[in-house]
Amino acid sequence: MSATGLLSQLLQLAIALALAPLLVGWVNQCRAWLQNKSAPSLLLPYRTIRKLFLKDAVVASNASPLFRLMPYIVFGAMCCAAAIVPSLATDLPFAYAADAIALVGLFALARVFIALAAMDIGTSFGTMGARREMFVGFLAEPALLMVFFTASLISGSTSLPTIVDTLAHRELAIYPSLALAGVAFTMVSLAENARIPVDNPATHLELTMIHEAMVLEYSARHLALIEWASALKLFNYSCIGVALFVPFGIVVEGADWLAMLGAAPALIAKLVVGGFALALIETLSAKMRIFRAPEFLGTAFLLAVLAMLVTQLLGG
Amino acid sequence: MRQDLLPLVIAAIVAWLVIGTLGLARPRHLPFISRVLFPAGSAVALALAIVALFAMSSPPQAMVLPLGLPDLPFHLRLDSLSAFFLLLLGAAATAITLFSAGYFRSGEGTPPGLVCFQYHGFLAAMAMVLIADDAYAFMVAWESMALASFFLVTAEHRIPEIRRAGFLYLLIAHIGAIAILLCFGVLQGGSGDYTFTSMRAQILDGAWPSIAFFLALFGFGAKAGLLPLHIWLPEAHPAAPSPVSALMSAVMLKTAIYGLLRVTFDLLHGQLWWWGVAALALGLATALFGVIFAAVQTDMKRLLAYSSIENIGIIVAGIGLTILFKAYDKTLLAAVALTAVLYHCLNHAFFKSLLFLATGSVLHATHERSLGKLGGLIHRMPWVAWLALVGTLAIAGLPPLNGFVSEWLLLQAFLFTPTLPQSFVNMLVPVAAAALVLAAALAAYVMVKFYGVIFLGRPREANLAYATDAGKPERVALIWLAAGCVVLGLFPVNVIALLDPVNTLLLGSSQGDTIARNWLMLAPINAERSSYSPLILLLVIVAVVLLTMQVVHRYYHGRVRIAPPWDCGFPAQTARMQDTAEGFGQPIRQVFETFFRIERHLPSPFDEKPSYFAKADDHFWYWLYVPIIRSADFLGRVVGKIQQGRISVYLTYSFFTLLVLLLLVR
Repeated sequence: MSATGLLSQLLQLAIALALAPLLVGWVNQCRAWLQNKSAPSLLLPYRTIRKLFLKDAVVASNASPLFRLMPYIVFGAMCCAAAIVPSLATDLPFAYAADAIALVGLFALARVFIALAAMDIGTSFGTMGARREMFVGFLAEPALLMVFFTASLISGSTSLPTIVDTLAHRELAIYPSLALAGVAFTMVSLAENARIPVDNPATHLELTMIHEAMVLEYSARHLALIEWASALKLFNYSCIGVALFVPFGIVVEGADWLAMLGAAPALIAKLVVGGFALALIETLSAKMRIFRAPEFLGTAFLLAVLAMLVTQLLGG
Repeated sequence: MRQDLLPLVIAAIVAWLVIGTLGLARPRHLPFISRVLFPAGSAVALALAIVALFAMSSPPQAMVLPLGLPDLPFHLRLDSLSAFFLLLLGAAATAITLFSAGYFRSGEGTPPGLVCFQYHGFLAAMAMVLIADDAYAFMVAWESMALASFFLVTAEHRIPEIRRAGFLYLLIAHIGAIAILLCFGVLQGGSGDYTFTSMRAQILDGAWPSIAFFLALFGFGAKAGLLPLHIWLPEAHPAAPSPVSALMSAVMLKTAIYGLLRVTFDLLHGQLWWWGVAALALGLATALFGVIFAAVQTDMKRLLAYSSIENIGIIVAGIGLTILFKAYDKTLLAAVALTAVLYHCLNHAFFKSLLFLATGSVLHATHERSLGKLGGLIHRMPWVAWLALVGTLAIAGLPPLNGFVSEWLLLQAFLFTPTLPQSFVNMLVPVAAAALVLAAALAAYVMVKFYGVIFLGRPREANLAYATDAGKPERVALIWLAAGCVVLGLFPVNVIALLDPVNTLLLGSSQGDTIARNWLMLAPINAERSSYSPLILLLVIVAVVLLTMQVVHRYYHGRVRIAPPWDCGFPAQTARMQDTAEGFGQPIRQVFETFFRIERHLPSPFDEKPSYFAKADDHFWYWLYVPIIRSADFLGRVVGKIQQGRISVYLTYSFFTLLVLLLLVR
């Protein structure tokens, strides 16, 4: 591992950490515009995180150490994922420590810890949230893996750098397998990031809560880390989507940090469009009943399997 | 290379038998049994594991023991496949036996000395199965194993359900044994020589190899818990004492996998592709079935038993994939799949025995097996809870622990399939991969439920406040197993280097490149295709966690206020408002409703004392077993009619039989 490699790795992680709350702010702003509300500031997520860090943490009296450890582990897992996901460059040293399957495993690790911590206090909301989260996860996770498998069948590799290299060098055309996988991926991302139509990030209404129900007991720095981690998760998913389906502009050869800074505007432009699309989807669709979620995610799963089959049939 | 390892294995078996017999000498003297005999058995297991470790890379060694019937001596052989499973047996039994030292107490049921005898006899029989080199010795050891485990399962024989579970287990074990016997009959190919050496030399023709394979799949599948012969597993595992459940699940199921591998890759030649497809389909169906049923269980040991069915399904699916690759002569890929199979066997031995032993500790501390009456034990039993957390994360297939490595390898093997020449098989693979991934994701659901309901939350019963943590030997046993999960997870390349002789033995191909490349980075075919380094992953996560803690505490503050949990404005919250195990499994029950036979009673709004009741049963029991039981009953009644119990009637029968015989013989 060279020093420049390590530096570019840190650069990518730093950019992810810095941009993640901005992406959340942008999505919120777009959604407010689309819904004819007055928009909050773009920087509001940063202020929220800072405010939370300054407060005193309140921990339930019957919390176990697991409860207090969870935000750090989840944050660590998401940082790890942000280092793996090829957002600016593909040829990063850490990217070889974990491939697409391990990346999905990392997301699952974070999910399991959140769910366990939610059950730790023993409130009815916590366990309900944990149950729902695992319920959404058990279909979303395989669907995400299937999307990755489609891409790895095309590129003959599960290693993310190789996948993105292959996809970035193909002719610009609509590939049926990737189109199916893209739809599946969008659906999975909505579910995994607690977005409408599966979950609603802006509500604390008992009937609809999933993610918010799990973190109800958290406050102050713990909550700040969780918020930041979920912003990172959204950022990671967006970057995966960008890398798989519109990989143009990413630094493929070498990991020169100047080239990476050059790739940043392209990434930001793509995220701006992606964030707007997310806000649009959230505005246009309605929240589903929780028992419709399996249908939704089952569709995503089947679409992804279909994408894989199409890849086998047509060779990508 | 050492040449004298086989006598050492035999010495270990003899030592176990001696320890067991000593237990019979003073059957009710508990301190002698728990402080001397069981620790000694554990030491023997550790020694066996070390011997097996050396035997992994040694050339095969054979021996003939002048035991058994005249002209039918026991042939024994120790090759890398046997050594691998002996290693698994030794490593798991070390911890389980040590745990047993503190577990078995005198009380109801079998006296501890007898348990000690049965237990060590069980260990010895399993070791014997693994080194038997002829059908006779194999069957003797196999049946001793079944018998010993039957007696252990029915240790609490005063409870009728336990007797019933034991009977069911024995029945299915014997149906399986008949199939295995027939399989050996086919394999000897008319030579009349039942040694494995002679079977290896036989080239069967026509449909015989396929018949042998499917007999083996059926026979060993009955022991392993493959669909539809899984029915005994969820009954026998909860009935048995926890160390015995651990031993059965972690090791005994693996002896069936050993048998299947031995027959398929060693004794048979020219594997056909559709065997692979059959095993793959059966394995995946079993895996999905097991995990879906695990999700709705309310008894913690039953839940783990169903989870064992799932893991065996995954292992058999891997064997199917190996056969598929082998049939198309892609030995390098077959080696990847076989490595995944062996790795998963080893992993399952560690995390499943860890979890079974943890349930044993919980059971001892609380006398409660039902998930609905547990909760919050992480405060009362921190050792057990934190060590069980390792097992939970491992079995849920999360990086960087061991369960993830074998799943990763298996998925890699799946993704290599497009290189197969037959397009039908190529189409099948995405679907199979999807099923596997679904089972793995559901396993995470199941394990969150298992761990969350037992150890987290608030205690659901008042008496849980008096639960005490596990004793010292139990803790050591749990630590050994948890450490195994971590080590197997962090050093996959070294573990694969250890397994590799088995690949060479069974497939004639090795993973030498993988091992040679880089000890830190697991990359089965080449680094461009895929690579995974759990150690780096763990280090990065730990570094980020520590760094974040430091930064947060230094630049902000570490102040904490302890307050009661937020009650959402409803102050009368009780522990009963948490999700029960039933509640946690309810979404799965709803989604996969067709898989279950559900009996449900919903209260009406006017009930004075509303009660809710739901039971999810197995369709197989009603579709397959109940008709068999009915027809057996019917036949019994018909036969009963001619059995009058009067001697004159029987004499008449004899007379008529004689007449008919004379007519025929004349």
